[in-house]
Amino acid sequence: MGQTIKKKKKFVVEITVDECKGCGRCVSACPKGILEMTTKVNMMGIVYVEPAKEGCVGCGACFYACPEPGAISVYEIDEADE
Amino acid sequence: MGRKLKFGKPTGFFDVFDRRPGPIKKNMHYCPGCGHGILHKLIAEAIVDLDMRDHMVVISPVGCAVFAYYYFDAGGISVPHGRAPAVATGIIRANPDSFVISYQGDGDLGAIGLNNFLQAANRGENMTVCFVNNAIYGMTSGQMAPTTLIGQKTATSPYGRSVENEGYPLKVSEMVAALESPIYVERVALTTPANIMAARKALRKGLTNMKERRGFSLVEFLSGCPINQKMTAQQVDEWIEKEMIPYFPLGCFKDIAAERKPISRPKPTFDKKKVLNALVSSAGITKWGAKSTVLRKELRVKCAGYGGQGILSLGMMIAAMGQSRDINVSWLPSYGPEMRGGTANCSVVLSNNVIGSPVVQNTNILIAMNQPSMNKFLPDLVDGGILLYDSTNIAPPKTDRRVYAVAASDIAIKLGNIRCANSAIMGAFAACLKGFELEDYEDAFEEAIRQTFRKKKELVELNIKAFHEGRKSVETRNV
Repeated sequence: MGQTIKKKKKFVVEITVDECKGCGRCVSACPKGILEMTTKVNMMGIVYVEPAKEGCVGCGACFYACPEPGAISVYEIDEADE
Repeated sequence: MGRKLKFGKPTGFFDVFDRRPGPIKKNMHYCPGCGHGILHKLIAEAIVDLDMRDHMVVISPVGCAVFAYYYFDAGGISVPHGRAPAVATGIIRANPDSFVISYQGDGDLGAIGLNNFLQAANRGENMTVCFVNNAIYGMTSGQMAPTTLIGQKTATSPYGRSVENEGYPLKVSEMVAALESPIYVERVALTTPANIMAARKALRKGLTNMKERRGFSLVEFLSGCPINQKMTAQQVDEWIEKEMIPYFPLGCFKDIAAERKPISRPKPTFDKKKVLNALVSSAGITKWGAKSTVLRKELRVKCAGYGGQGILSLGMMIAAMGQSRDINVSWLPSYGPEMRGGTANCSVVLSNNVIGSPVVQNTNILIAMNQPSMNKFLPDLVDGGILLYDSTNIAPPKTDRRVYAVAASDIAIKLGNIRCANSAIMGAFAACLKGFELEDYEDAFEEAIRQTFRKKKELVELNIKAFHEGRKSVETRNV
């Protein structure tokens, strides 16, 4: 029997603040409720979204729900480098 | 700490949207929560993943997506309202290697462009139509669209759309699925993550069909327009789920891509010679591209007479002569609804430059075949212009212009057929042109006669004979 135990992957979601238009589609798309609307405004004067906690599972739901091309990026953390 | 991008800006987009005017170069021009952005992302991702970008042309409609070419790092054309499938047809017929996405909204596709769209679907053109259905006119600020739901309030249906007044919303996917040619029709929604992933799959299926050249695919995207619906993005998603989807059910209406063989169309060519030869393949023209020096200036010719004298074919023969010698020509007929007996005239322009207008008002050469026509058009003859008239039935005019009298009808009657009078007077026309250095004008005009009478071969020799008689009748007078 193989001994490999699949290591749990870690992900992190990043918002490019100035590209967010604050529609909140990502907030309702996120299955883990990570993303939240802030009370801050960005360069365009729009109230934007930020990740409020950890626990991203890297599903990409927020990325596909977001209508802006580069507002949301999801990264996979490579633990070996840590 | 190393990290790997799992989801990020698709490379099918430009990195910076330099085509977008103004200071904002990273965002789209769409309102917050707009469905267009979601679909743009799916397209930008798919054209790269499917390796179609280098041959892809994304056609922007009229509507909010009119500026789609700001964003996609692929070919892009903005087209008149509703004409995307027609332009797409041109692109793929002329460049069969290309792929075309016809990106259209419900106003563009369902209203003004419905015929263009349906005909392209029915022809089975190898394209993918992305139909964004948000049940409202977005760009013009929320008027009623063909897909507006019953009871839905819009700027132009303030009491809600009614069946009595506006009828039922147009079910485009169902309609297209009923046609024979389209191979793939699916309706998806850009709402929940699950629906968006289904939309992603449907779009890729359509694009794959196009890549394999199987034919016409339509993907209809139910999409939100939060601003014009006066809702938040979340409310509009709920509205789509509760109101739109019951009337516009999601799902695949047709998928017969596997049954269809890749389509093959006639191969296009851009070889000028081949194109010209194809246009006049049976014309018997031998000297394509033998550039004539006949014209230093533009020559504006008016042929006039009564219907039945061969006025229009006279103009056509002159134009064909010019065409065969690589001169730009235009031919514009003007005649009454009756085929014979009415007045007829045609305007011919011969030029070495681009012809600005085919309408001849200041005539350089007037060819008059009957009295009323000569009286009508003689005042338009410019200084130094030439009048050619059929002296058999027209009295000599009083004018200070150069005048050639040709007894064209007499010549034709002597040859046995009055109807070749037009060729006789063309002979006189050719003789006048001699002053314009047409070295091989005899060949050129003979070719033009052969081309014009290519379907009535027995008349070719007669008309050539009449042509030379007419030419000699001028030459022998030594004018």
